[in-house]
Parts: sequence; structure tokens; C-alpha cells
Amino acid sequence: MNPKDLSTYAKNTWCPGCGNFAILTAIKAVISNLIEEGLTQERIVLVSGIGCHAKIVDYINLNSFYSIHGRTVPAAEAIKLANPDVKVICFAGDGDAYGEGLEHLVFAAKRNANITMLIHNNRVYGLTIGQYTPTSPLGFKGRSTPFGTTELPINPLEVMFSCGATYLARGTSHGIDLLKQIFKQAILHKGFSLVDILQVCVTFFNMYEYYDQRVYELKGHNPQDYDSALKKIKEWDYNQDAPIALGAFYKKEIPTFEERFLAGLQGTLSYKSTVSYPESVPFSAADRDTKIKELLKDYI
Amino acid sequence: MANDFSILFGGKAGDGIDTAGLIIARILNQLGCRIYIYRDYPSVIRGGHTFSIIRASKNKVSAHQEKVDFIIALNQETLDLHRGKLKKDCFFIYDADQVNINPTGTCGTGVALGKILKEENAPQVMRNSCLIGAFSKTAGIKWEILEQVFRKNIAKEIDLNLKVAQRGYSEARELIKLEAFNQESLPIVNGNEAIGLGLIKAGLNAYLAYPMTPSSSVLHFLAGAARDFSLKVMHPESEIAVALMALGFSYMGQRVAVGTSGGGFCLMTEALSFSGMAELPVVFMVGQRTGPSTGLPTYTAQTELHFVLNAGQGEFSRLIVAPGDAEEAYYWSAISLNLAWKYQVPAIILSDKTLSEGAYSFDLGAMPEPKKEEASLWNRQGQYKRYLDTKTGVSPMAFVPEKEAIIKINSYEHDESGITIEDPQITKLMQEKRLRKEKYLAEDLENYEAVKVYGDNNSENAVLCWGSNKGVCVEAAESLGLKVIQPVVLWPFPLGQFKKALGGVKKLICVENNATAQLALLIQRFGFVVNEKILKYDGRPFSLDELEEKLQGVIK
Repeated sequence: MNPKDLSTYAKNTWCPGCGNFAILTAIKAVISNLIEEGLTQERIVLVSGIGCHAKIVDYINLNSFYSIHGRTVPAAEAIKLANPDVKVICFAGDGDAYGEGLEHLVFAAKRNANITMLIHNNRVYGLTIGQYTPTSPLGFKGRSTPFGTTELPINPLEVMFSCGATYLARGTSHGIDLLKQIFKQAILHKGFSLVDILQVCVTFFNMYEYYDQRVYELKGHNPQDYDSALKKIKEWDYNQDAPIALGAFYKKEIPTFEERFLAGLQGTLSYKSTVSYPESVPFSAADRDTKIKELLKDYI
Repeated sequence: MANDFSILFGGKAGDGIDTAGLIIARILNQLGCRIYIYRDYPSVIRGGHTFSIIRASKNKVSAHQEKVDFIIALNQETLDLHRGKLKKDCFFIYDADQVNINPTGTCGTGVALGKILKEENAPQVMRNSCLIGAFSKTAGIKWEILEQVFRKNIAKEIDLNLKVAQRGYSEARELIKLEAFNQESLPIVNGNEAIGLGLIKAGLNAYLAYPMTPSSSVLHFLAGAARDFSLKVMHPESEIAVALMALGFSYMGQRVAVGTSGGGFCLMTEALSFSGMAELPVVFMVGQRTGPSTGLPTYTAQTELHFVLNAGQGEFSRLIVAPGDAEEAYYWSAISLNLAWKYQVPAIILSDKTLSEGAYSFDLGAMPEPKKEEASLWNRQGQYKRYLDTKTGVSPMAFVPEKEAIIKINSYEHDESGITIEDPQITKLMQEKRLRKEKYLAEDLENYEAVKVYGDNNSENAVLCWGSNKGVCVEAAESLGLKVIQPVVLWPFPLGQFKKALGGVKKLICVENNATAQLALLIQRFGFVVNEKILKYDGRPFSLDELEEKLQGVIK
């Protein structure tokens, strides 16, 4: 499939040079590729929050759920739970996912919900014109902090790692090939996957040069190794100067939330490393009426 | 006493009063009684005074009386607090080891529970079984009935429970013989169970909730019924997640409801507005309790009418219903889910602690079969547009995965395809499309009994009530010869039916569990004025005796 076929008539309103273009190009290429490999387009749902990142769903001609600020994750989890055969890809900003909606991210990682989070982390609020976010460095001068922030940033990958995320990677908007590679891995990962994308906001926090000087691609790193994953994740704390690793830090396969939930519903739940459950059998309105009457007998 | 009597069963939180009350109700149910249970308990797990009033009557009842025929006391406090409510002294049964009945002396039926439990080597919780045994004997109920109900309701250590109950039974003496009514026994369900059943009836697929009194028992009931009815029931991290997950399920074509109380609903209002904008149907069950803020978590109120009417930013269509008893809760929950899907709007079921946690004899046959309302589905012709503008404002729905359709929903203002726009003309068009649905919804509601009328239809004095006050108002009005008007649908306000109900009324008396007369305020919008207000806002529902007295004061 040609990525062009995934375009819509919506006018693109990102600033020239915005890091979001790289994400859009990469995700369209990856989705086209996955469709060629047999994923059907109607089984893909894109979810976005609110902020510059979120416009991406207007620009991709696929099923989409344009949510509200901070609330991509619960909607995505429910879409997956409603139909586990659907691929759910969530786009969210750093203010969106790491600020307003952090609670949901923590729980989705803890549950190992089988969804993919692509975080457009530009470390500034763009659409509200330039305030600090949870990942802005200490001393960041924004419109709400004219004298500089007085709080340290969080390292989102470290937070997610400690919450039980089963796939964690980092990319930048100067590196489409790597983005394509990790987007595909993240989407194909069975379980909760999150890619922190150092997406540059050219208007309010232009970090292209800063990142270009510090990034390197992980080589010879075993993402299944818990300790070395943590070590690499902690190498850069989003604040002080340090080498910035790109690529997949961590990958682990365990049963997903949906698998366990549906197995519980079907009476086949186990806490072993693999979970299976039979197909659910639909029932008619007449069955329902009969069952309601049966149930009420217990209340006499 | 014969045709209508009440039993107050009291102790401290953690004593199992609730279960004991239900077992007594089920024993009386075997005599063909119609049951209503009022539960009064504090927001603590252990300690604090707790009681249930079980009212049993030949006729359907859904209110409690202040005066009771029996008191069953597990502790001193129960007797001290409630003795004055006894219609006839001495009709109390108590733990002789704990309760000092002075100064009356020898009156009442004392059972030495500590001694009996020790002799039978039974745990403390079986004090209830012993007193139920003593009560059954006192009330002239056959042992076989008690045994049958125990066997059906108690799974753990049934033999020991029966043995302990037998000790109580043999220590008491018969004071009165309650006669059986020649009518079928009905299931006893609480309002929340009825709401759950109604949602199931209308094809519920998913239910999400974060625990909050008095809505939690909907969650517990549906979680328990999940396998039988193939329901996805989940308790996520917060009410914010609950409501957003509901929108995700709705997008996928799954009929979904959420449950909460006022505080949780505060957190859901962003999703409510999103539901209105994106036209994703969701049913919100809101169980009111005493506020503001944490308020009295386990006590009742009718204070969220204007909150649910106005919740959520922006202007959008919604449906609000306030059922008055378990049967209405069942029926209107089903209708809410159906109409939410037909019009793709959020629907709110407004309950309160009295209805949600009160238990009622439930006659499935007493309500009409909930009418099937078809949702508008895409016919697979032409290019799919999620927000196609139509005469009624209702756009045909398609659900993922649909091969020929791209389904885009949006919280931003959007065009017919769901793509974000800021164009003034499309903005106006879409705003009108969404609001137009309410007009057709209101027309549809004309096919329903959206306003109920009871009592003496010729009376010039009418009681105006809503929600759980229905039962107490109808009973009081019937004894005083008044009319009762109960709007069950509160929005879109059923103006035509309400006007008709007001025919011939000269004095309108509103009865509400709030301090500001919220229904009176709502009808004022349409030019109607209430003449008298009877308001109660101490967390407790009106008892029948209390309301009768207050009504007598205003109709003079």
C-alpha cells in the first residue's frame, strides 16, 4: 500500500520544521507496510489526545478517536478490551500523557494493556504557546515560569519501566528510519508498548542541535536484560547533559490485560505465563429474558 | 398489625445487620408479604449504630414508618435510641447478655446470646441467627419457614446456624401469629440491582465504575452477573478513566453504562461533554447522597438534579430519568440505554441512597415490556460519514471493524466525516444537528408515561415529587386524599404530560430531599409555581408518619 493513500483532505497546520512531520511520515510508512503484510486497515484504530500532536489523526485516513487532553489511554484500553483483534495506536503529547493523564499511563503499564503509546515529547506546551511540561529541564523559562522552573523533570521511561511496561523505546524526529523500526516493533509487541519520541518544537523549544550532538543508537544492547535496560534508561535524566540513547531499551512478553480479563470472564483464568480463552458465545434477547427470570428466583 | 407491620433490627456496624434484615424479609416473604427495607448505617466498617427497618405488608409498599411493631436489639444503643418508636411496649427481642432493659423490668424477650454461642461453640456473627430464631417464634412463624430461608441464604456452617437459631426459637414465646397472605412471593431486590437488571434487559455489554456509595452495589451486582450475561465489567483507576473507557466501548458499538455518586460524577463531566460532542451514547447512573463534598457518604439526598442538568461544558442533548422504586428503576434503566443509543446522547439515571440501597418486592410483570428502540445503523451505501447531517440530527452509526467505512469520532468541532474544523458555518450546522436530536427525543418520550399521577385525581391539592420519594408520597397522599404528580423523565422536560397532570390542581406541594427545592426550581423555568415546600435535608428519607403530619400541616 502506498502511504499516500492514507492521507485525508484535512489541511496540515503544523509549523514548518515541526518534528511531528517525521512522526507522521514514519507512522504512515509503517502502517502501509503492516497493511501489505496482512493487517487489515479496518482493524486499526488511532487515538489522540489534545495538543499539536493530536492533529495527526485528522491527517491519516483511518478509524480514529480524537479524545480529550490526557485521556487517550483509557479510551484506547477500552477499544482494545471491546475487540482484542483491533490494533490500537495512541498518539499523545508529553503534557497530555505525562502530565494530565499520567495516572492512566501508570495503570495501563501495570495492566500490560495491549496498546501502543507514541509520545510526541517536545518538552513544551506548543498549542497553548509555550509553558513547561513534566519533561522540561530544570530552569526552563516558559510563559508560566518566566523566572525558570523550580522543579526537576521526570524520566518518563524510568517511570514506565517501574510500572511494568513491557516495551520501551526512544526515538527522535531527526531519524525517520529508526522511528519506523521502533514504531513497527512497538505496534507488533504483544503488550503495553511506549515510544518516547524526542519530537522537536521549532517554535517554542528548538532542541534539534542539542539532540543531534548527544544522541546515539543502542548497539549490542539486550532489551530482554532487565538490569542493563534500567541502566540505559537512567543514562540520561532529561535534565543534565549526558549521552542520549535511542532504540529499544526493554522488551518482555507476558500475558496481556485483555487476555487475562477475557479468560476470567470465560472461566479459564490462570496466572501462568500463557493464557487462553474460548470464543465468547453470543446470546439472544430471549436467552437474556430467561436468564433474568432464573436469576430473580434467587431473590425470593 | 396484621396487614402491615415493621421490624427494626439494630446493632453496630460490622454485626451483619444488613444480611440479618434481608433474611427476616425473606422469611416474611414466604408468607406472601410485600417488603420494603430501609437501611440506615454509618460510613464505618466497625462500630457505629446501624439498623434496618423491614416493613411487611399485604399491599405493595415502598416507604418506611417511624413507628414499628418489633425491635430486635443486638445492643443497648438500639433499644435506647428506638424504644420510643415501638407501637406496643414489650415487643422487643434483645441480647440479654448485653442489653439492660431497666427501668421497665421484665418486659420483652431476652435471649442470652453469649451463653448460647458459648455452649454451641458458635462465632459472634451467629448472634443474628439466634435473634432471628427468637423473632420467628415471637411472631408465630413456623420453624420450617425459617429453616427453608436459612438453607437458601446461608452457605457457611448452615447446620450450626440452624442450631443456634433453634435455641433462640425455643427460648422465645409466641406473642402474635402473623398470618400468611394468599399471594405469590416476589423477589426482593434493591434499587441498584433493579438498575443492573434493566441495563441487562436492554442489552448491556460493558459496565465500568469506581466504587462509591451508594452506587457500588450496581458494580457488585453486574460483576457477579458478568459471566451469565457476557458483560465486561471493570473497575479502573478513577472515575475519569471509567467515563473515558465507557466512551471507548461506545465507539466500538458496545452498550455501556457507568455508575457513581455526585463526587465521582464531578470527575466524569469532561467525558459527559465529550459524549455530547462526539455523539457517543453512554448511560451514567448517578446515586445521590448527602453533600456537598464528602458530606454524609451513606445517607440520602436529592441534590444533584441541577448538577446533572447542567453538567459538562457546552450545549448538548441529554436524557435524565429519576425512577421512584425498583420496578421503575428496572424499566427506566432499560429505556435509558435504548434511547441513549437511538439518539446517540448521554443518558443519566438519577437515583439516590434511598432507592439504590432500599430493598423492594419486585414484580417484573408490573411494568410494561421496555419498548425496543432501534439505533440508526449505516446501510453500507456510499461513502460513510460518522456525522452525516439528517432531519432528526441522528447520523447512522458504523463500528470498527467495518471494511468500507472510516469511522472518525472527534471531541473537537468537526465536519460530517469527523475531521476537525473551525469554520463558522459548519460549526453552526453541527451545533444545530446535535441539539435537534433532543426535540425528536422529547417527541418520542410522549409515547412513554414520563409523568406519573397517583392518589385522588380530583383533589385540588397535589404533591409534586421525584425519585425515591414516590413511595412515601403516594402512600401519604392516598391516606389524605391528595393527588401525586411524579415526573419520571426530568429532561427533556415532559411539558405536555406535566401540564395535563396539573389539571384541576390549586395547591401544589413539593416534597424533596434537599434544601433548595430543585424540582420546584426546574418547573419554574416553564412558568409553574409550587405553593408549599416540604423539604428534608438531614440525610434521612421521609418516613410515612412524618410526611403525613407535614402534609396535614400545609393542606389545612
